[in-house]
Amino acid sequence: MRYVLKKTATTLATLLVVSLLLFVAFQLISGDPATHILGTGATPERLAALRAELGLDQPLPARYLMWLTAFARGDAGVSYVYHQSVSSLLSAKVPVTFALAAMSFVLMCAIGLPMGIACAKHAGSPIDRAVMVANQIIMAIPPFFAGILISWAFGMGLHLFTPGGYVSYETSVPRFLGYLVFPAVAIALPRAAQLAKLLRGSLLEEAGKNYARTAYSRGNNTNGVLYGHLLKNAFLPALTFLGMSLGTMLAGSLVVERVFNIPGISSILLASIGNRDYPVVLATVMLIAVFIIFVNLLVDILYKVLDPRIDEE
Amino acid sequence: MHGDSVIADAPILQIRNLRLEFHDHGHPEVAVEDLSLTLHRGEILGVVGESGSGKSMTALAIAGLLNRHALDCGGEILFDGVDLLHCGRSTLRHYQGDEISMIFQEPMTSLDPLQRIGMQVEEALRIHHKELSAAERKEAAIRAMGAAGLAEPEQVYGMYPHELSGGMRQRVMIAAATVSRPQILIADEPTTALDVTTQAQIIALLRQINAEDGTAIVFISHDLSLVRQLCHRVIVMRRGVAVEMGTSDEVFLNPRHAYTQSLVDAIPKVVL
Repeated sequence: MRYVLKKTATTLATLLVVSLLLFVAFQLISGDPATHILGTGATPERLAALRAELGLDQPLPARYLMWLTAFARGDAGVSYVYHQSVSSLLSAKVPVTFALAAMSFVLMCAIGLPMGIACAKHAGSPIDRAVMVANQIIMAIPPFFAGILISWAFGMGLHLFTPGGYVSYETSVPRFLGYLVFPAVAIALPRAAQLAKLLRGSLLEEAGKNYARTAYSRGNNTNGVLYGHLLKNAFLPALTFLGMSLGTMLAGSLVVERVFNIPGISSILLASIGNRDYPVVLATVMLIAVFIIFVNLLVDILYKVLDPRIDEE
Repeated sequence: MHGDSVIADAPILQIRNLRLEFHDHGHPEVAVEDLSLTLHRGEILGVVGESGSGKSMTALAIAGLLNRHALDCGGEILFDGVDLLHCGRSTLRHYQGDEISMIFQEPMTSLDPLQRIGMQVEEALRIHHKELSAAERKEAAIRAMGAAGLAEPEQVYGMYPHELSGGMRQRVMIAAATVSRPQILIADEPTTALDVTTQAQIIALLRQINAEDGTAIVFISHDLSLVRQLCHRVIVMRRGVAVEMGTSDEVFLNPRHAYTQSLVDAIPKVVL
């Protein structure tokens, strides 16, 4: 319990530092928001009035605190371009991106974990060798390219889905998820290949340890040793990889959304970067940072749950 | 030294012309050559030799823990009318942990670091005695742990290996190996990694298990003074071959082979 509290405290501290860095960085690059909104031809009086209205006449620490408390309440300011609140702009898009990332993650585990176990179990067999060679190739395929290939093969070739035929989750959740499957596969495949390779190696390493021999000496069969002892031990290195993967999946989602024409945060993030719509960019980046930091906390807690050797101190 | 009456005539394990040859590094390597021995019911048999003498390979062969893919083997290891060297894996598993158990040289690494002690001590019962309830298994495990000299076995039951010292871990290994009351316990240098005091306690424990349960023990060691303290009979191995065999007293007091003589001479003597 003390471990969890300590890790949570570290996480919150990390969040504060990251938010401060992000805020300051965006202050530095974004210049004067009032000029952005009103244009360079605005009178000094109108600019000053807007600055006061936006709180920009306050010192930096005060502005940071105002922004942070507002962000924590779900208020990320107003878009320079669309003149509506950032949260209303993002609220429909964030779930799409996170659903895609989550589905990619689930698919990665569903493909990578059994494959890693099977290869370790039959290590050295022709099947294991073939899978490992295929893995090596798949690992080298970036998600956007896998997305194009999948679109072409399963969409245009086999007509298993309609490229560009995105269905909103507000219309139909099953059809929404159905449309996300193929993009999710594109994101998941390279990571699944890496996961399989990692787990295979980790399992084989554990299989060579003395406790595996002990397990055999008690009359376990291969499955008994594998599932009763090796898997949990071999999973520990994979856990870090899984945690990092969630971040990668999110980044992959941003790219693959473009390929499959999915209205997630990718479109508005790229548009906002192009438009220098900094409140939107800052809010999106901050959301991703919060997500990744909390995933790391979750991984730390899972480590503690799985491994009793992790020190309480 | 120990009462010869313990050595009944009933053989429990017979090794005939055992030959183990490895070929996993390209060129074949003979680990054991033409070894024959008999283990009697309730006997403690010492197998002595330096590193590479084939004693550990013999132990692993009896326990069925050699990788058969990387091995050419000949001869037979007869237990219960079955040749453990050539029988099917499932037949072998039937005996492993139930009739034939093994403890190892490295107590620090021989336990699963992520599993509670109790689960590991009970494992042989979970595999071989599915008729037992969870409560019965726990009871048997705690009894075995108590018998193995672990103080407060109920507490140790819920602990993890990293919370225990090397000596305690070896006691846990012994409890796990004896929980199903096997007929044969193979101990491969079980005290080498332990300090001298703990070593003496583990030796006393093995003697007690042998005396109380009649468990036959194959005690592998390079330490002749330990073997002499514990074992009824001794086999001296060198380069895969048994060079001498006899009761402890015979071997130690009248070594016939020059190699045995050199080993006996190498035992440090306390000069008063």
